[in-house]
Amino acid sequence: MAQALTRAMRDAMAEDPTVHVMGEDVGTLGGVFRITDGLAKEFGEDRCTDTPLAEAGILGAAVGMAMYGLRPVVEMQFDAFAYPAFEQLISHVAKMRNRTRGAMPLPITIRVPYGGGIGGVEHHCDSSEAYYVATPGLHVVTPATVEDAYGLLRASIASDDPVVFLEPKRLYWSKADWSPEAPAAVPGIGKALVRRTGTSATLITYGPSLPLCLEAAEAAREEGWDLEVVDLRSLVPFDEETVVQSVRRTGRAVVVHEANGFGGPGAEIAARVTERCFHHLEAPVLRVTGFDIPYPPPMLEKHHLPGVDRILDTVARLQWEN
Amino acid sequence: MTVQELPGAGASHRPTPPPAWRPRTDAAPLLPDPEPYRVLGTEAADRLDPALMRRCYAELVRGRRYNAQATALTKQGRLAVYPSTVGQEACEIAAAMVLEDQDWLFPSYRDTLAAVARGLDPVQALTLLRGDWHTGYDPREHRIAPLCTPLATQLPHAVGLAHAARLRGDDVVALAMVGDGGTSEGDFHEALNFAAVWQAPVVFLVQNNGFAISVPLAKQTAAPTLAHKAVGYGMPGRLVDGNDIAAVHEVLAEAVRRARAGGGPTLIEAVTYRMEAHTNADDATRYRGDAEVEAWKAHDPIELLERELTARGIIDEAGIQAARDEAEVMAAALREGMNADPVLDPMDLFAHVYAEQTDRLREQAAVLRSELEAEDQA
Repeated sequence: MAQALTRAMRDAMAEDPTVHVMGEDVGTLGGVFRITDGLAKEFGEDRCTDTPLAEAGILGAAVGMAMYGLRPVVEMQFDAFAYPAFEQLISHVAKMRNRTRGAMPLPITIRVPYGGGIGGVEHHCDSSEAYYVATPGLHVVTPATVEDAYGLLRASIASDDPVVFLEPKRLYWSKADWSPEAPAAVPGIGKALVRRTGTSATLITYGPSLPLCLEAAEAAREEGWDLEVVDLRSLVPFDEETVVQSVRRTGRAVVVHEANGFGGPGAEIAARVTERCFHHLEAPVLRVTGFDIPYPPPMLEKHHLPGVDRILDTVARLQWEN
Repeated sequence: MTVQELPGAGASHRPTPPPAWRPRTDAAPLLPDPEPYRVLGTEAADRLDPALMRRCYAELVRGRRYNAQATALTKQGRLAVYPSTVGQEACEIAAAMVLEDQDWLFPSYRDTLAAVARGLDPVQALTLLRGDWHTGYDPREHRIAPLCTPLATQLPHAVGLAHAARLRGDDVVALAMVGDGGTSEGDFHEALNFAAVWQAPVVFLVQNNGFAISVPLAKQTAAPTLAHKAVGYGMPGRLVDGNDIAAVHEVLAEAVRRARAGGGPTLIEAVTYRMEAHTNADDATRYRGDAEVEAWKAHDPIELLERELTARGIIDEAGIQAARDEAEVMAAALREGMNADPVLDPMDLFAHVYAEQTDRLREQAAVLRSELEAEDQA
């Protein structure tokens, strides 16, 4: 996945001279995860810029650059390091189009490596998507496959609106038999995909939890469950139709994500599914999420993160009887 | 056993010296003079440009009239709020005057007068404060960024824009305005640092008007002056009498020239005073005394210039009257523009959130539309 992301930026920069990559360590080092590897060498430091270490400054400067007609792609090194930039994000990035009645859109892509499962220390593993999805004016997308990493990042950079691009850290090293030269279905922003068809229940998920859900779906076959798995790919806009159609087919739904449950994206999705599918539902919409705790130390994270067993236990609870 | 008693201690051991180190730049040329730079009433006034000063005078008078008219409109309920710049007109006007057409102004919520002096229609400049929409103009058309309410957050934008323009080879300078309180915000520091590291063509103008709402400068900073803050970032700091338009114009123009020539950013502190309350919601008598206000009244920017120009025969009674007449024309147009009730379309609430409306917003727009139709029928 890491290489697909690099390739997406490289191709976008080659096609469009207004695309600029910026952030701490993105130049000479190629980023702490090497996602920007080689870009400074190929396009020069003016196009792939090592900035001072200040997230508000990085995003604030990107706002000004976008005001002048550039397409900045900003790297926020880790999920929890993006918080100093929240005022710029919420007060300016998300609102500039609206404040100026469409006169000044900001085509900024904000790349945020997010989530746990890599044994990272404190402040390196937050699932911060709830903050972003609660802010009108932002698109929020997250790939779960190598192909989507490329396609969604290209779509994000091409978008005339700001996009928070959440990169599941634990999937950086995932591999696939894929190359951008191959004809690929490049998804637009806002399209969910049924990754596995099934008839007994729908698992609704995204990003780092997708492989987990696919694994759980395989395991559930032994229990006689045929699970459908929907990969949202985009949290804002939320592809309600794909989700609703799936749940209406299966009659049962579980939302799975590793972000905290209370006030998390799963709460919103469960509410929407309930509103739209009430008469089709055989059981309440359930959620499998991280606990409502600050992200735990690495040695305990396996207890916090949803695993296959927790998903299967929850699926079993869909055998709803009053 | 003590350290001295350890085997090998003392004897011939000499610690390795640290690697050679020296400061990256000489700080002295960056330091501001301790006294604010003045022109009016000094020998420097001998070299005033009469035509420029007559224009400055007319703009000051117009600016004062604009302040009075906007304040009156607040009292009539036509404006939700108005942060006055009475006493600060010299800074506002000089900021607009030193910029070329292609340059950009980054104003704070208090700097509508600077936007007006740059040529923006006063009604458009006051849209935010009137409450009919957030920004009443196309920023690209006027090269004026939207008035910024969160403090100092527009400063990194100015840096990014100036940097982008330079990357594209365009001759563009950005001038960003902030108050004394704003210099405490993180974005102020990050913007200055980015600008200096990138050598971006930016001029930062701090209007030190004495108070951040009610908090005096002494409780805001322990720095000798706000201009001193420049040194830590590696850019020149300049201190200027903010009520002396000739001085503010000269210092700003020099900084703009330097930025345009590739010399990088400058931080300018203009020492001035907010003669009126923060806004109409503020009671200035709770935090400052009459004596202080009276002392600053004697240092009024319009009177300073009028005295100098009259004494030097650069302006006469007819010129003064002409400036006042011109100001009245502006005030009448502003009153007229403000008295016309703006017609707002509630459906605009959903029109500019995204380039393409999401399903969610279409759904919510439909709710509002049916509510509006029900209202119409009632």
